[in-house]
This record gives sequence, structure tokens and C-alpha cells, in this order.
Amino acid sequence: MNKFKIITDGILKNNPTFVLVLGMCPTLGTTTSAINGMGMGVATMAVLIMSNMVISLIKNLIPDKVRIPAFIVVIASFVTIIEMLMQAYVPSLYAALGVFIPLIVVNCIILGRAEAFASKHGVFDSLLDGIGIGLGFTIALTIVGAVRELLGSGAVFGYSLGIADYMPLVFVLAPGAFLVLGYLMVLFNKLAKR
Amino acid sequence: MKSTLFNMVAVLFSVTLIASAGVGAVNMLTVDAIAEAKALATTEAVKNVLPAFDNTEDWEMEIDQMPVKIYKALSADAVVGYAVEAMSKNGFGGAIRVMVGFSTEGKILNVNVLEQKETPGLGTKMCDEGNVLFASIKDKNPAHMNFSVKKDGGELDALTAATISSRAYYDAVKRAHEGFLVASGAKSEADGVSGATAVADDAAEASVAEENVEGAEAQEGGENE
Repeated sequence: MNKFKIITDGILKNNPTFVLVLGMCPTLGTTTSAINGMGMGVATMAVLIMSNMVISLIKNLIPDKVRIPAFIVVIASFVTIIEMLMQAYVPSLYAALGVFIPLIVVNCIILGRAEAFASKHGVFDSLLDGIGIGLGFTIALTIVGAVRELLGSGAVFGYSLGIADYMPLVFVLAPGAFLVLGYLMVLFNKLAKR
Repeated sequence: MKSTLFNMVAVLFSVTLIASAGVGAVNMLTVDAIAEAKALATTEAVKNVLPAFDNTEDWEMEIDQMPVKIYKALSADAVVGYAVEAMSKNGFGGAIRVMVGFSTEGKILNVNVLEQKETPGLGTKMCDEGNVLFASIKDKNPAHMNFSVKKDGGELDALTAATISSRAYYDAVKRAHEGFLVASGAKSEADGVSGATAVADDAAEASVAEENVEGAEAQEGGENE
């Protein structure tokens, strides 16, 4: 299997947000600005890569019927460990991303990839899949966040354009998240089909 | 692997055992570092909200059953200001903790939000540089103000679409100011705790403003954050 294709598939053909439509909860909740979306994406990617690798390592040791609870325990432990390590050694990063970390446990992308990919492939392929899907998620969230931030608060990556008063605030609120996500999904699928 | 009862029980048991041992081990390794990082963040926050000082005298008290920490900053035995750490439980996403720097006369020098769980992009703007919340109390003395948001008839600006977060922010600052009044001797600790009788004129105005805030809280709900 073409290794490079695993990564590009995660970004385009299997884009978790625009194509698989997984992980909608953090997508809608955290994309009020581009930087928040990116933070959520990067934190998810870190957990995804590690959980994918570990699960592909232990996949043969786990009885089929209890694989889901076993995966969840592995994922939750990783999230907790990452949270504690960040808090201890990179408090500034934790201050920026801390709110997103506990959300990752309930992110179905992680469990979805564990089930659909890591439990059927080797360690290296699972690592690549984690990178690809993680990048796809990060890019999608950053785009959604950037559009919402621009339309809702008239800013680009936190840099205000001074037009905030003329912009419809609804894009920063929940209904705007659905609107932006829906139209971006249409656009993405239109372009990706070519 | 085959899903026999023994296999399933054994595997789940070992997975949870290893996972919890891992989490426990990391916790033991990091617990000191986390405490250190938090203490460092507090010291940084105190430095951030006050002019240069040599050392601090700190103590704690309780106002409205919430902890308030006072850091009295001294420079060559002269008081240069007070940093007060206070909290509010009225945030949209939970508790909000702030560090407020007061000059010796009670003017607000700077505010540092230490902890908040508000909605990203809305309530979280309280942490940004030059946000409207801080702008409307900067260099002002809460005792001489109608200390509630404009929506509640006061003179303070609120964040767009985050009125509840804004109220909570001011609530925490307000509590810090009460702590400051006690610390600077304008109000005795007993009065500070009950918040009922005021000693100094300043404090009398303050408690009127406080009633405004409380009255407004009663009619909360059904609004955007």
C-alpha cells in the first residue's frame, strides 16, 4: 500500500470533518476562531497518533467482544497523561489548549480510527493514518474557525481588521457554526470530486 | 483472540490495570511540577498587576464563603499596592478567578484572569489584551462607580453576546475590591465578610453598588451567555 496515500487520504478522501462527518461536537464548539480550531486539531492529532499506534500493537491480544471498552480505556489514559504532562512541563501551552484536552476523550474520530484502521493495520501504517486524519481534522477546523472569525468578528487569526461592528455576530454563535460548516462541506465535496 | 469469558475478563482487567498504573505513575511524577507551575503562575500574576516591588506579605480571608487572597506589595517597607486574588461562581462555564492589582488609594491598576471556562471566542475575550471589560475599570476606583454592567443600569461595558461572563468578571473584581478594603484597613474583616455595614464613605457606596449587582442577578436567565 502506498504510504503517502494513507496521509493524503486522511486529508482529502477521508477528511474527518467534511467527508466522514465525525467529531462534530468539538468542531462546532471550538471553531469560534481560527486559532481555537487549530489548537483543538493539533491536540486531537497528538492523541490520535499515539492511540492508533498503541492499539495496532495490542490488537491481537484483545478479544473481539471487549475491544471497544479496551480501546476507550487506552484513549482515556492517553488523554489524561497528556493533560498532566502539559500542565507540568509546558504550562503556557496548557493555558492555551487546556480546555480542549478533556473533550478529546469523547471525540469519536479517535475511537473511529482505532476501530476502522488501527485494529486492522500495522504500527507504521496506523501512525501515518493518525498523521493524515489528524492533519485533515486540523485543516478543516482551522478553515471553519477562520471563516467564522472573519464573518463573525471581523478578524483573521486574532488580528482585528477593525470592521467588527459591521459583521453579523451570529457566525460566532452556534447557528453560524452550522451554516459555515454546511456550506464548507458542499464546497469541499464539490472540489474534491473533480 | 477468542472471546471466551476468561479471556475477556483477563484482558479487560489487565488493560485497566496497566492504564491506571500508567496514569498513577505519571501523576506521581508530575504532581510537584504542576503545583510548582501553578505557584509560579500566581507569582507572575502578582508581578503583572502591580508596579515593581521587593517582597509581599500575603494572607487569606473569606468573603461570601469564597476564598480571597491578599498580596500586600512592599518596596523598602512602603506599601506600593495590593494584589488581590478573588473568584466568582457566576461564570457561564463555571468559576472565574482573577488577580486584581490595586494602588494604595484603591484604583485598579491591572486585572489578570487566572482561570475561566467561558465559551471560546465569546466569554474568553475577558483574557485578551485591551478588552472592553478591563478598559472600563482601568485606573478607576470601584468605590466611586456604579459597579454593574450597562444592561443592569450601571456604567460598565459588557462583552458582546457574553453578558453573564461579563457580570461574573465584574463580580470577581468587586470581591477583590472588598478584599482590598479590608486589607487596607478601610473596612474591618468582620464587615468585609458580612458585607452589610460599611465603615468608610467609600465602602458605603460600594455596598450600594453591590446591591445593584445582586438585584440584577435575580433576573438572569434566558439570555445569551
